[in-house]
Amino acid sequence: MAVLEIEGDTALVSPVRRRRSRPSGLFLVALVWLALIGLAAILADFLPLVSPTDMDFLGKRAPPSAEHLLGTDQLGRDMLSRLIYGARISLTVGLLAPAIGLVIGGALGMLAGYFGGRFEVITVGCVDVLLAFPPLVLALAVTAYLGQSVLNLTLVIGVLSIPAFTRVARAVTLSLSQREFVVAARTLGATHTRILMRELLPNVALPLLAFFLLGVAVTIVVEGALSFLGLGVPPPAPSWGSMIGEGRESLDIAPWLAFLPAAFMFATVLAFNIVGDTLRALTDPRPATL
Amino acid sequence: MPDNASNRAAPLLSVEQLTVEYPVSGRTLSAVNDVSLAVGRGETLGLVGESGCGKSTLGRAVLQLRRPTAGKVVFDGTDLTALEGEALRLMRKRLQLIFQDPIASLNPRRCIGDIVAEPLIITGITDRAERERRVREVLTAVGLDPDLVWRRLPHEFSGGQCQRVCIARALILEPELVVCDEPVSALDVSIRAQILNLLEEMKRRYGLTLLFIAHDLAVVKAVSDRIAVMYLGRLCEVGPTEQVFGRPAHPYTALLLAAIPVPDPTVPPTTNVAAGEPPSPLDPPSGCRFRTRCPRADGICAKEVPDLRPTTSEQSVACHHPLTDR
Repeated sequence: MAVLEIEGDTALVSPVRRRRSRPSGLFLVALVWLALIGLAAILADFLPLVSPTDMDFLGKRAPPSAEHLLGTDQLGRDMLSRLIYGARISLTVGLLAPAIGLVIGGALGMLAGYFGGRFEVITVGCVDVLLAFPPLVLALAVTAYLGQSVLNLTLVIGVLSIPAFTRVARAVTLSLSQREFVVAARTLGATHTRILMRELLPNVALPLLAFFLLGVAVTIVVEGALSFLGLGVPPPAPSWGSMIGEGRESLDIAPWLAFLPAAFMFATVLAFNIVGDTLRALTDPRPATL
Repeated sequence: MPDNASNRAAPLLSVEQLTVEYPVSGRTLSAVNDVSLAVGRGETLGLVGESGCGKSTLGRAVLQLRRPTAGKVVFDGTDLTALEGEALRLMRKRLQLIFQDPIASLNPRRCIGDIVAEPLIITGITDRAERERRVREVLTAVGLDPDLVWRRLPHEFSGGQCQRVCIARALILEPELVVCDEPVSALDVSIRAQILNLLEEMKRRYGLTLLFIAHDLAVVKAVSDRIAVMYLGRLCEVGPTEQVFGRPAHPYTALLLAAIPVPDPTVPPTTNVAAGEPPSPLDPPSGCRFRTRCPRADGICAKEVPDLRPTTSEQSVACHHPLTDR
């Protein structure tokens, strides 16, 4: 013992100071845009808006005016009103569909990564099958048999997003479950449920949440594409995708009919990506090691 | 130092003919092969050997984190290898583990207070005030200020401070046996002594029995009452620290001791090191596993596996030609 007898100041050591980085201006702009769009979508019924389905054949493709702030479309419907009601559908589908993937895919992935064995083989197999299934065919089949509705659209995109979430959750769980702190919890006699909920979930949640925000962005685009193809929300109801589709017919005479919803979609998707990225960077305790 | 003779009568932990095997691409790798040893209550047994010799596997098999293929682990009269599910889970709080990498063994997203309180929650102590009192007590015991560290995350601490937190978490349930798996290998040399002193202090305070795994002979010599030397999954030699260091009976132990560098530039470096790499544990040599690198090996070493035989009342060696024959 004599060799190693060094009495350092072993007592009551204080830890390193915490450092916090500030969110950028871009992040704030993105947040304000999302809040604006979100509030408008929620409060659409109470806002002083013209009905999005009222047609005015005398004022088709009108430029912006006091009556129609952003002009009218090819059937004389108010563009601003349609954009806001469209945000409702785009955001509902955009948030709910990846939420389905997040919950189901995340749970499956964590269980597969943690328990391994036969359960993992079956899960990964099913996920691969779902990944290989052509998404458009599934969307077509569902709309053909169950009809076009926001709910069906959400379910289709939601189910299709499960595999990606499963893979992310499984990969993160696999790399974590061999780490010492999980072994330490086992040594303490923690149950599997407790290890999954208290040790693994907090670490898997953040990468999953970042992926969720990315998923929201992708889903808004996918919903747009499906609506553009006529597989989305049934016609009178506006959605950004179907508006672009309808605007396509008059691109040469009134390009803003397609560009306005496209710009809204672009800005919203970009905002989700910026918010997702910044949140990840802000909450990751050790960006380099995890 | 505790009285070894009386301890051996009723050891706290006795490992009997333990074998641990891993499947490796269709073949079996026996990481621990037919190892028997006993650790008396209040004793520190140092387990040394090269990297990959199976010391960590043995430590984890003792805790049933890796279930052994054969043999018994008898802890305080109970065979742990026979326990399953809930019975094993309840037994776990009496045996704890301290890891090599202190930072990786703390959940990066939970604060220190929660991490140290976790064992209490797991064992069903529902009273918040009681939990907080015990966490404060154990944090203070390992030299951390509870008010300063409570809300902080592991990455805000240095390796040595994290190892203190790990020790606090391992000790809060007042276990009887603590397996220390290279607890200071990942730390700065200046911090090592602090942590070793802390372990020593905690051992006295909580009446612990330690199974101390390390490859650093100086560290093992400093903390151990007895030493067990492992080579390629088998025990070479077991005995009290001074005897093993003073009069090594196994040629491998002698080579290990000769390889300790002398901190004196005028002393020429030793040339008497074991030749070559250790053989692959997937395909161990017949007979004595050390024979391929042993200067004393002859015909019998290739044919027969040497048993662990006592050379003195306290020292045992597994060798056909022990150095005590001279």
